[in-house]
Amino acid sequence: MAKHVLRVVAVVYVLFLLVLPVGLIIWRTFGDGLGPFTEALTSPSALHAFKVTLTVAGWAVLANTVFGVGAALLLVRHEFPGKRLLGAFIDLPMAVSPVVVGLALILVYGRFSPFGGLLESWGIQVIFSTPGMVLATVFVSLPLVVRAVVPVLEELGDEQEQAAHTLGASRLQTFVRITLPGIRWALGYGVVLCLARSLGEYGAVAVVSGRLVDQTQTLTLFVEERFQNFDQPAAFAAATALALIAVVTLLLTKLLRPKDRIDGN
Amino acid sequence: MAIEVRDVNKSFGTTPVLRDVSLDVAAGSLTALLGPSGGGKSTLLRVIAGLERPDTGTVRISGVDATRLSPQRRNVGFVFQHYAAFKHLSVFRNVAFGLEIRKRPKDEIRKRVMELLELVHLEKLADRYPSQLSGGQRQRMALARALAVEPQVLLLDEPFGALDAQVRKELRTWLRRLHDEVHVTTVFVTHDQEEAIEVADTIVVLAGGEVVQAGSPGEVYDNPANPFVMRFLGPVTEIGGSLVRPHDVEISPDPVEGGAPAVISRVVRLGFEVRVEVEIGGHEAWVQVTREQADRLGLGPGDTVHVRPAPGARSLALAV
Repeated sequence: MAKHVLRVVAVVYVLFLLVLPVGLIIWRTFGDGLGPFTEALTSPSALHAFKVTLTVAGWAVLANTVFGVGAALLLVRHEFPGKRLLGAFIDLPMAVSPVVVGLALILVYGRFSPFGGLLESWGIQVIFSTPGMVLATVFVSLPLVVRAVVPVLEELGDEQEQAAHTLGASRLQTFVRITLPGIRWALGYGVVLCLARSLGEYGAVAVVSGRLVDQTQTLTLFVEERFQNFDQPAAFAAATALALIAVVTLLLTKLLRPKDRIDGN
Repeated sequence: MAIEVRDVNKSFGTTPVLRDVSLDVAAGSLTALLGPSGGGKSTLLRVIAGLERPDTGTVRISGVDATRLSPQRRNVGFVFQHYAAFKHLSVFRNVAFGLEIRKRPKDEIRKRVMELLELVHLEKLADRYPSQLSGGQRQRMALARALAVEPQVLLLDEPFGALDAQVRKELRTWLRRLHDEVHVTTVFVTHDQEEAIEVADTIVVLAGGEVVQAGSPGEVYDNPANPFVMRFLGPVTEIGGSLVRPHDVEISPDPVEGGAPAVISRVVRLGFEVRVEVEIGGHEAWVQVTREQADRLGLGPGDTVHVRPAPGARSLALAV
């Protein structure tokens, strides 16, 4: 009996929170066929939003992959003062609201702050421009690669790396030939998660981008702006596109998730 | 000398693990570092390999001061207890690893790897992955991998520790034969005295981070430096205030010179040998005799016999 109640509760919960809203969006999007959908997504503003989103997400994923692997190695393989602090800082973006992140970035890099002013005098504009949006996205998706890689790195141990050293491999050779293949699935998983988070980021990017249409407008910002301007077909089309990307990344993570365990033997 | 270790000290935090350890390993020898766990033997091996840096002291390999050299530049082969197999590489690629790093030509690598795989009897499994091998096969692969780079010394850290008893015995004999074929200076760590005696031509006993004794297996077994070494290298029993090997005790039904009266408490038949447990003046001891001897003397529980260390047998007086 209890089992059935639980099942009904779970189904209703998922239905009202997920299936119904997403289903409605898809239904609204394709209600008049594929024509309006492609038309809405190929408008210059939409295409530009796609481009901005991909640029920002691309750089953010790249930065977090490099940083994530480096930080994971540091946390697992090395002892140093402040190690626990670093671990805590890496998890911080999980707890801090993205809006706060955006405001903090403006405080540091805005035109009227000393540092931002200095960069501006060198011709580097951070806030209301791509660098600021990349920074914001990097911040919110920071823990994802690190947290995916750390447990696998711990499980892998360092004996294989030591064996490679005694066989004459340098640190770099050991990393490329031994460590990286050992964490490849976890790293792939982390990268996909990071990509999904970067594509969907709204709050922090909204603050630092200034929401300039056709300039700093990402896909999520585009959805919101179109909706506010009563252009529902475009808003729904872009929302559906975002949802589809999410589904694809979700499937990718499902594919990547269990592999290291099997490899691990 | 292939390896010269001088006055090495090493602590982990505040715990000293090696204290003033000095050690010479002759070129071409097969040396066992023997001792109880926590005695510092693995750490010493890792210091020789460069995987640990000593706090003080020096390590010379083939006459070259290697103390500050990274493991990468020492040209030692290291075999880990848990194999440290490269899981994502085939057996062939595992063995080829060191040669690929050294950028040897492809056909030379192929030839050398196949030679080594034949040496360790894995030539038919070259395309398998480590997860498809048994423990013993993985360890032989690890050995071939370490030998591939023609190391000046081969270091094995409890190489058979993770294997079951049967495979262990096989690999022991096999390692001895392999060493006779390849002649590379080899040092292996073990806590199993039988393994050390059977395989090594020199045994170095380490306890509490110090070298307690070094010598040939016979020497260490017959002339132990102290009661600890005597106890560690084989069975002992206490008779008349001395430590004696149980097989070096004479047992007779009649009083003998220098003998002590003893009451048999138990007779245990273990195949060809018989373990006779006795009580001498309130404390327990045991004597190892052959089955034939036990039958001839008709030993049984409750009998009174006379025991004494065999004349000429080594015994160590215990400080009271």
